Amino acid sequence: MSFITGVGLTSYGRHDGQNTVDLMSRAAEAALADTGLVRRDIDGVLCGYSTTMPHLMLATVFAEHFGLQPAYAHAVQVGGATGLAMAMLAHELVDAGVVRNVLVVAGENRLTGQSRDASVQALAQVGHPDYEVPLGPTIPAYYGLVASRYMHEFGITEQDLAELAVLMRAHAATHPGAQFHDRITVADVMASRAIATPLKLLDCCPVSDGGAAFIVSRDPTSDRRVRVRGCGQAHTHQHITAAPSLTHFGAAPAFARARQASGVGVADLKYAAVYDSFTITLAILLEELGLARRGEACARARHGEFGRDGALPLNTHGGLLSYGHCGSGGALAHLVETQLQMTGRAQNRQVKDASVALLHGDGGVMSSHVSMILERVR
Amino acid sequence: MSEIADWTTGTEALLYQRCRSCKSVWYFRRGFCPSCGAADVEALTSKGRGVVHAVTLVCRPATAEARAHVPFTIALVDLAEGFRAMAHGDRDLKIGDNVTLRFEKFIDRLVPFAEKS
Repeated sequence: MSFITGVGLTSYGRHDGQNTVDLMSRAAEAALADTGLVRRDIDGVLCGYSTTMPHLMLATVFAEHFGLQPAYAHAVQVGGATGLAMAMLAHELVDAGVVRNVLVVAGENRLTGQSRDASVQALAQVGHPDYEVPLGPTIPAYYGLVASRYMHEFGITEQDLAELAVLMRAHAATHPGAQFHDRITVADVMASRAIATPLKLLDCCPVSDGGAAFIVSRDPTSDRRVRVRGCGQAHTHQHITAAPSLTHFGAAPAFARARQASGVGVADLKYAAVYDSFTITLAILLEELGLARRGEACARARHGEFGRDGALPLNTHGGLLSYGHCGSGGALAHLVETQLQMTGRAQNRQVKDASVALLHGDGGVMSSHVSMILERVR
Repeated sequence: MSEIADWTTGTEALLYQRCRSCKSVWYFRRGFCPSCGAADVEALTSKGRGVVHAVTLVCRPATAEARAHVPFTIALVDLAEGFRAMAHGDRDLKIGDNVTLRFEKFIDRLVPFAEKS
């Protein structure tokens, strides 16, 4: 058994003069304060990676800087799925009795720590070095390929996808820490400049600075008890050229494993936190996870079902698309927001009932998937 | 495995591999079969005929060098021999188009280019 006992999150956007370790430290300090634990209580550290501070041993760089001497520590790299992969590992470590309190932390000055070109180029390297990268693709191009096929198969339009960008922006508008607060319309998304068809600028998450952290503990540290019920992963390929399918991905099997581990089904879910690097990513994942039928996720968003007052509130902080994306910490904001919702601390964003939540992350080009189910225990 | 002489090393050819044991076919070269593990694999030359499975027009380049080339088309092409390859292509390429692959210079490298056939 394990509990998410505390969370910490910086605003996402510009943090001039802050480096990776600074942003990680700010988030970690906030998470520690939230649990009521002190540094010597932390016996495990898991951290993500940073493209602006590449290091062989980022976890111990951070631990030394922050003032920790953990019994267990290392970095984890699963692209965008890193946050939830760390959450799952922390749960498994605590559940197995290896450690009692794991600090999971990630941060990066991805926006101000390097040029936009350097960031785009670094990310494109997830492609195959011999068979893909020489063709000059970008991450949006890989997802543009996925989008073209998925939309073709299931009759989704660009206007449909735009609904998800509009929803994420509406949610971000109510979170002071979000990178973007100006509301947008479907027409704004459609009019934004082409990046890699069918994806336009507002279909894509931004590049951000930021940090996020949480603590996974064997014992609750307060009456705000959020228990990890079960997790699952699936890894089907690395490179999009080698993907077994462009219409069925690893999200379904990952969630099936999480359902098996937790005994929780789709009908039990009250809140969802789903990876949204692009509008197409979110549409596909919602459908793979069974939160909407194939081709229908965008229509459900248009009808308000994923809004704060909808049947299944989704990414109420604004997601990667509008809260922001700082690399391996990007999707940790989804987990932080979920914990706040589950413990009734989401202020003006608070949903009526977030007692059972599904989180899902995707890394690479729909390559690596992690699902996690959390439950509020009273 | 012998020397690879295909577009990835500057030769105008699209190679794929086949397992002599289980007959699996794949694209990314390696010295064994990813399906059954057998080391008895052969490299074959594709005729370059296929069908567009997915396509995108890249408008925002990945590198400064690519800036002069945007917009350009990237497609995933299903080759008749049973494997999928990434290629550049005609500006108006659509899913389902029959194509023939030739080769083109892109920045300083040779890349496959899908032309409607």
